[in-house]
Amino acid sequence: MSGDMSILVVMEQRAGSWNRMSFETLSAAQHLAGELGTTASAAVLGQGIDRLAGELATKQLEKVYAVEHDLLKDYTPDAYTAALRQLLARTQPGLVLFPHTYQVRDFLPKLATSLGRVAVSDVVSYRVDNGQVVLVRQLFQGKVNADVRLAGDAPHFASLQAGAYRGDQVAQGSAALEKFAPEIARGDIRTRPLELFRESQRAVDLGAAELIVAVGRGIRESENIALIQQLADAMGAELAASRPICDAGWLPMERQVGSSGQTVAPKMYMAIGISGAIQHLVGMKGSRVVVAINKDPNAPIFEVADYGIVGDLFQVVPELTEAFRKSK
Amino acid sequence: MKIVVAIKQVPARDSQLRIASSGKWIEDADLTYEINEPDAYALEEGLQLKEKHGGEVVALCAGPARAGSTIREALAKGADRAIHIEEDDLGDPLTAARIMAAAIQAEKPDLVLTGLQSDDLGYGQTGVILAELLGLPHATLIMQVEKVDGGIRVKRELEDGWFQHVEMPLPALLTIQSGISKLRYATLMGIKKAKTKEIKRISSAGLAGAGRQTTEADRLSHCAIERIYLPEHTKHTQMFEGTPKEAAAKLVEKLRFEARVI
Repeated sequence: MSGDMSILVVMEQRAGSWNRMSFETLSAAQHLAGELGTTASAAVLGQGIDRLAGELATKQLEKVYAVEHDLLKDYTPDAYTAALRQLLARTQPGLVLFPHTYQVRDFLPKLATSLGRVAVSDVVSYRVDNGQVVLVRQLFQGKVNADVRLAGDAPHFASLQAGAYRGDQVAQGSAALEKFAPEIARGDIRTRPLELFRESQRAVDLGAAELIVAVGRGIRESENIALIQQLADAMGAELAASRPICDAGWLPMERQVGSSGQTVAPKMYMAIGISGAIQHLVGMKGSRVVVAINKDPNAPIFEVADYGIVGDLFQVVPELTEAFRKSK
Repeated sequence: MKIVVAIKQVPARDSQLRIASSGKWIEDADLTYEINEPDAYALEEGLQLKEKHGGEVVALCAGPARAGSTIREALAKGADRAIHIEEDDLGDPLTAARIMAAAIQAEKPDLVLTGLQSDDLGYGQTGVILAELLGLPHATLIMQVEKVDGGIRVKRELEDGWFQHVEMPLPALLTIQSGISKLRYATLMGIKKAKTKEIKRISSAGLAGAGRQTTEADRLSHCAIERIYLPEHTKHTQMFEGTPKEAAAKLVEKLRFEARVI
């Protein structure tokens, strides 16, 4: 790796509120900078971001860049890419880290490509080996890990998945605040973002449920959902699902747990026929006790499970329902 | 509307994966393959747009010879013709996108669609990289596409149940989210018709501006996988064995008296 590996974290905000995942990335950057003996800085993009930049300036960072422009008020990939290219040209970081949010997925590959680089996306951990950074990312929906070593010329780009580092462990300190005014023309922006909206009021608040029984692809057919409903009823639990079940319309979207659905933290979460792709795990790994029932002993869901049964759900679930009914 | 849909063939979802002795990829001798699920939704959206607005759907697939089965399936579902870029190792997403961009450029489509990510490598980047290489506006995680005056209006998924509409002119590129609509099956008639449809086979070396000779790009992109491995099990999971009845009884007992959650 040539040159200085100083780290820049690009934080995410919308209408003055942080995306909390940004602080996990910030915490990871502080640790990594410590290990590499380099510095970490942070940038925030938007319009009217003095307060947010001021908050960052109370963290242990080398510098905080407030990248301010009227055309950064509402996110567009064109304006964000233009602004960040200018910031990178000016600050010359070795490694640029992002939280792996939906917004970052929308512009980071464009930014990296415009500089002839490939971003290492969806990183779950890192280590320093021989003075080089090795990033770990998941393949095959979390069934396999891959090590990617950062070598070659800076800048390097990576986005960190939720839950990889603790956001509440950001080290406090003070940082020099610097304003950066990129040049962006209205004509450079080809997409027009409109208002944000939600489909409907949620009738089910899974966030408040104490017990959750969740079902995934392993259930195979819509008719089989009844089997899981009976188990949930026997336990007095709320019924939830992974994304494919809601995509197929077998359960309403409001019962979806995961990055695009609800985030839950019940006393007990029972995952049935759910393999445990990271998009699902980020929505439920705050649960106190996790139970997994899956036919594949290598399913990533067992990585987060306290109790597990490897077996055919069509045999196990009816027995479980019966056992719960009896134990009442 | 002329639509190019970029599709990828990936190992079937239920595959039992073993690490190859090279430690760089999985053992692929006995695997079965299928269309990458998000790409199946991208194809579906392309077919529906064509049904509404007319035009043509061209399926584009880069991959080894075996990917031919996925291409035939796309034709059977209703794609008008296909382009197969025969390439055994696509490498990182920038290399793969460079190869595909050259083929797409030659087609001059109004709209390029692809799935939001692949189920094997999972970078979730190819679509956006293509947009940048082709100089097209783009949007990702799309749940709905409408034609409007001067272009399209799309519904983009955000986190936590939020959505946003975005408008843009054509030509444009969209990455499609799974579940955007119900997938169709290939009909018998479709399968029959597919046999007469054109599949243009090209090698990546034959595409201008693409291929392996871009050593400068390879040097800079540096996104190579050093090693792959099964995740280490770090958490202590109590596994219950025996008959389903025995395992269920043990689990209930533990939840009641050890975890005390019920």
